[in-house]
Amino acid sequence: MQNLRRRKPSEPSRPEPEQKETTQNDPDSENGKERENKKNGRSKGWSCIDNCCWFIGLICSIWWFLLFLYNAMPSSIPQYVTEAIAGPMPDPPGEKLRKEGFSAQHPVVFVPGIVTGGLELWEGKPCAEGLFRKRLWGGTFGEVYKRPSCWVEHMSLDNETGLDPPGIRVRPVPGLVAADYFAPGYFVWAVLIANLARIGYEEKKMYMAAYDWRLSFQNTEVRDQTLSRIKSNIELMVATSGGKKAVIVPHSMGVLYFLHFMKWVEAPPPMGGGGGLDWCAKHIKAVMNIGGPFLGVPKSVPGLFSAEAKDIAVARAIAPQVLDIDIFPLQTLQHVMRMTRTWDATMSMIPRGGDTIWGDLDRSPEEDYDHKKRKQKRNETISSENNEDESHDSKRKKIYYGRMISFGKDVAEAPSSEIERIDFRGAPKGSSVANSSCRDVWTEYHDMGLEGVKAVADYKVYNAGEILDLLHYVAPKMMARGDAHFSYGIADDLDDPKYQNYKYWSNALETKLPNAPEMEIFSLYGVGIKTERAYVYRVSPSPECNIPFQIDISANDEDEDSYLTDGVYLVDGDETVPVLSSGFMCARGWRGKTRFNPSGIRTYIREYDHTPPANLLEGRGTQSGAHVDILGNFALIEDIMRVAAGQNGQDLGGDRIYSDIFKWAGRINLKL
Amino acid sequence: MMLRRRRKPEAAEPSGNDDSLGKEVREREKEERRRQRVQRKKEWSCVDSCCWFVGAICCSWWFLLFLYNCMPSLPQYVTEKITGPLPDPPGVKLQKEGLSVKHPVVFVPGIVTGGLELWEGHQCAEELFRKRLWGGTFGELYKRPLCWVEHMSLDNETGLDPSGIRVRPVSGLVAADYFAPGYFVWAVLIANLARIGYEEKSMYMAAYDWRISFQNTEVRDKSLSRIKSNIELLVATNGGNKVVVIPHSMGALYFLHFMKWVEAPAPIGGGGGSDWCAKHIKAVMNIGGPFLGAPKAIAGLLSAESRDVAVARSVAPSVLDKDVFGFQTLQHLMKMVRTWDTTMSMIPKGGDTIWGNLDWSPEDGYNCESKKEKSNDTHAAAQNVTEGSLLSAKGVHYGRLVSFGKDAAEAHSSKIEILDFKDAPKGNSIPNSTCQDVWTEYHDMGIPGIKAVADHKIYTADSILDLLHYVAPKMMQRGDAHFSHGIADDLDDPKYNHYKYWSNPLETRLPNAPEMEIFSLYGVGIPTERAYVYKLSPGADCYIPFQIDTLAEDATENSCLASGVYNVNGDETVPVISTGYMFAKGWRGKTRFNPSGVRTYIREYDHAPPANLLEGRGTQSGAHVDIMGNFALIEDIIRVAAGATGEDLGGDRVYSDIFKWSERINLKL
Repeated sequence: MQNLRRRKPSEPSRPEPEQKETTQNDPDSENGKERENKKNGRSKGWSCIDNCCWFIGLICSIWWFLLFLYNAMPSSIPQYVTEAIAGPMPDPPGEKLRKEGFSAQHPVVFVPGIVTGGLELWEGKPCAEGLFRKRLWGGTFGEVYKRPSCWVEHMSLDNETGLDPPGIRVRPVPGLVAADYFAPGYFVWAVLIANLARIGYEEKKMYMAAYDWRLSFQNTEVRDQTLSRIKSNIELMVATSGGKKAVIVPHSMGVLYFLHFMKWVEAPPPMGGGGGLDWCAKHIKAVMNIGGPFLGVPKSVPGLFSAEAKDIAVARAIAPQVLDIDIFPLQTLQHVMRMTRTWDATMSMIPRGGDTIWGDLDRSPEEDYDHKKRKQKRNETISSENNEDESHDSKRKKIYYGRMISFGKDVAEAPSSEIERIDFRGAPKGSSVANSSCRDVWTEYHDMGLEGVKAVADYKVYNAGEILDLLHYVAPKMMARGDAHFSYGIADDLDDPKYQNYKYWSNALETKLPNAPEMEIFSLYGVGIKTERAYVYRVSPSPECNIPFQIDISANDEDEDSYLTDGVYLVDGDETVPVLSSGFMCARGWRGKTRFNPSGIRTYIREYDHTPPANLLEGRGTQSGAHVDILGNFALIEDIMRVAAGQNGQDLGGDRIYSDIFKWAGRINLKL
Repeated sequence: MMLRRRRKPEAAEPSGNDDSLGKEVREREKEERRRQRVQRKKEWSCVDSCCWFVGAICCSWWFLLFLYNCMPSLPQYVTEKITGPLPDPPGVKLQKEGLSVKHPVVFVPGIVTGGLELWEGHQCAEELFRKRLWGGTFGELYKRPLCWVEHMSLDNETGLDPSGIRVRPVSGLVAADYFAPGYFVWAVLIANLARIGYEEKSMYMAAYDWRISFQNTEVRDKSLSRIKSNIELLVATNGGNKVVVIPHSMGALYFLHFMKWVEAPAPIGGGGGSDWCAKHIKAVMNIGGPFLGAPKAIAGLLSAESRDVAVARSVAPSVLDKDVFGFQTLQHLMKMVRTWDTTMSMIPKGGDTIWGNLDWSPEDGYNCESKKEKSNDTHAAAQNVTEGSLLSAKGVHYGRLVSFGKDAAEAHSSKIEILDFKDAPKGNSIPNSTCQDVWTEYHDMGIPGIKAVADHKIYTADSILDLLHYVAPKMMQRGDAHFSHGIADDLDDPKYNHYKYWSNPLETRLPNAPEMEIFSLYGVGIPTERAYVYKLSPGADCYIPFQIDTLAEDATENSCLASGVYNVNGDETVPVISTGYMFAKGWRGKTRFNPSGVRTYIREYDHAPPANLLEGRGTQSGAHVDIMGNFALIEDIIRVAAGATGEDLGGDRVYSDIFKWSERINLKL
């Protein structure tokens, strides 16, 4: 190769003789040529592979050299660099509090949320050989790429029972390792654990309440006895800590799971844990919910409806071929949707409380949200709320957040009187001809047929209450499972005996808090990030094999700082959960003695204003308010540690508010 | 360079257009090229060929790796080609027989097999938070050895954490499934249990800090309370089925301690009531349990040596004595190991009564070469053994656990002069400046003390304790608070309620649980350390003054004495007398140590080394740790976990002379 390349530049400089040589064809030159060719061939062989080897060798050597340097370098250099750029780092909260003299007091229980807990294989099909006790979920996700179909098969549950398919056992990873890191380098609980350790916490005083987040809450007890394990471990930790009650730190869906636990543990067996009516009062000091979707998450609606999150929706529009066809020989989204629809837990996040909470066609609690206006921290929130001048509201366009799904942007913005709706509930479902190319993908859309799809689109607007009907219409089997485990309404009479069924236990609006007047409930969440709240949909143009609906990402507002981007209406929140869901119960529903909180458990709201990391070296930042990254927020960690070390909500300073949560909560007309 | 050289012929070219000139030019070009090639080779040779070499290796490595990943089952095919089809692993076999999960299973790991991780450390251990210091790759041991030793050591006064350091056991099944990557401990057993339906909710790893004394695991980590609570939970969530407990190695002693602790009343004990074990435990299946201690522990405590280290020490004294830690590896190790209270739990128990005296030992007549056939009717077999063989074998005095000099080890007892060392004055040696940072109590002994020890010539199991008290008074003082090594005369004596007796089977009673079964499963057929020939080490006073005399060999080929160590039948670490005696005699039937008549079974597994390299550590191994991968043993355990009793397994399964030897021990039962 080198030879050849070297020759080329010389050729143009002497075009004449070269041409002659080749045309003249005399035997001698032919011979020479042949020899030359041979030589060239040999050196080509040399240079091609050798160059390759040389190149790889060079890269490897440099890489190793750098790796060696990196390892030899004292670990504090990145820190020096960061400090040089961003000024000295603040002490991590653990260090700070240790200097202040705090030490480990109350045992701490972590309740991870959906998707953050690791799952490992205990029994599988032949395609999963060699994966025994290896993580299928969490860690490196290596298997997703190696054998995607096999992975989907093992991660799916039975779509009738919501439990294991025959021959497959995937189980949650136990212990702190279950959710300290989600993937290598992507912390979930690790930062909090490390800081707690600084003031003396260790394994005997911390417990990760890992559970299989795919199952419905009650089924974790039926299959794995997870609730019993949590109960036993809390009892053990309280006993071995000299009677100090536990501080529970649930995150995301773990919040709902722990609500369920608190009802379960006091309920009589066989359905409940038989802990007695004072179990919570005896064992729990405080529940510090982080980013809890108490009233559900609008994000879960498109997830169930069309297997889309905001990011996926954009990708789907830009490159339909890739997502729709690529990873699994065909129909990625359908495979993913089929898998997630077997996970009962996704249904725990459907918005609860219907129109009363989330608003109807004409109004919604957040309708005057103005994200340009950055709030100052206000501790005396109730008084300041009244000072708000109402003139401000009228200036700007009103957004109908209550219309959770609208078909078309015009519909989303039109006054309610102008919308023509055709009821879909009675519409006949067409019997679509089973398309041969779709056979192996089970989605219930095929049962709907084209008529059903049209009927859904013709209804135009769905608010929170109607979303449930919609989901029942498009996914009857899934919702049949869900109805057995979750409920989304508001209780009129909490004493009705039907509310003793476990399906109500995770709904804050259909249960009473336990009788534990000394307990404290905190809601800690990030604000200042735009969060999905409502969607503009359209009927997807592709053939019947695809999911028939998709978010209309062409729907954007004209003005620059709009609330509508890529077909999604945004509101204040932590990127996943809107403040209304994480804050309402603690701001209003449970505040003081209400019918949902008969013993008057004190509630506190602690908001953390989002500040993105200043530079890349900070990683995910120490002041983030994003749903998962907030677990590395120093202010939040400090709050948790202070409570774990014995302080109460008043010592922390009571509420800490940046958003309009009290104003919005005041607008909700709910009997308390 | 190359470019310039190339241009030269070009410059000459335009002058001539005719063929001859062209030919000439071509010829010259050719020659030039030849020269170039030679030169290029020279240039290539240095950095380039280095890179080339690395690249070639990388490429071929990746290629092989790729191939290996493409055919995952290839090694199995090769193995099957060579050795015939592999037997089904016991889990699959029993699954086909229809066995399924029944009794929850509790694993109790032994010494050194459990992982330890850092929770708080000094400056030098920054970044190691929640990383394994023990187990895993041991990467830190090589990177910062002194720091590692500092963090692995305990306080030598209290036997608990030194200030500012918290090293804690890893919890969960990962604590001891693999000791190091690829070196299984419990993993094979777990995988086989999973085949018949076991999972996390029906298995529990009772991980504890194996460095600290048994009672201290409760004081510091609440480990015993955690085990109690978890066993109760397992029983409650598995439909009331009692647990099968599987302790390994030192875990057997730990679990003995647990069984006494859990039934003892509250502040010292767990307050479970006197029927806790009867209610919660179906069977205890001890694997290689050193119930009466292991002689290996003596060498470890006396001179930080095991057989392998001793040989290395004599072959390359400078390496081991100086190398890894800058200097004094052994001293550092010894200092660290001596802070671990649990090493003292393995000092031989029962004294001369069990281990023999100057003239007598239960294993007298053991023929180091003979292999026994499996004999189920052992009592009969024991009597059938002709006494003639006893005479023919050369008398090895196993009772002399430590002898100074081979002649002392072999001499008739009447010929040995024993000078008492206990009252010998300890010299106050001048602290040598180079030794200062290494704390071993030998410095307090001084040269007269060392000489007195050596003059005593011979130590039996009883006097070993005195010896250790003499050479390591601080350590033994800690040990005496937590362990006892005697034999109880009267078990009703209230002093035996103290926790220090709980791990000694000769000073406690088994719990009152007549339905419980206890098994002793262990390997046999491997020479195991039983007694040592020592010598004074020639080194400077900085060194450990004693070392095993590796030159002491027997002249005959198949001797019991090899490299200064007298071997006997066992599993490479624990002699059969220690693993088997309590089950063959001490607890068999209703005895004073076993008042409720808990049934005992001995299951021995004859060692068969792996046939070839592909088998790894073998499926029929009897070695102390490798036995955890022994298919026969796994099958026994799974059967019991699935509901079988000792009788269903076939009762005792014996290859060694354990019953014969046990008979010779004269102990009131």
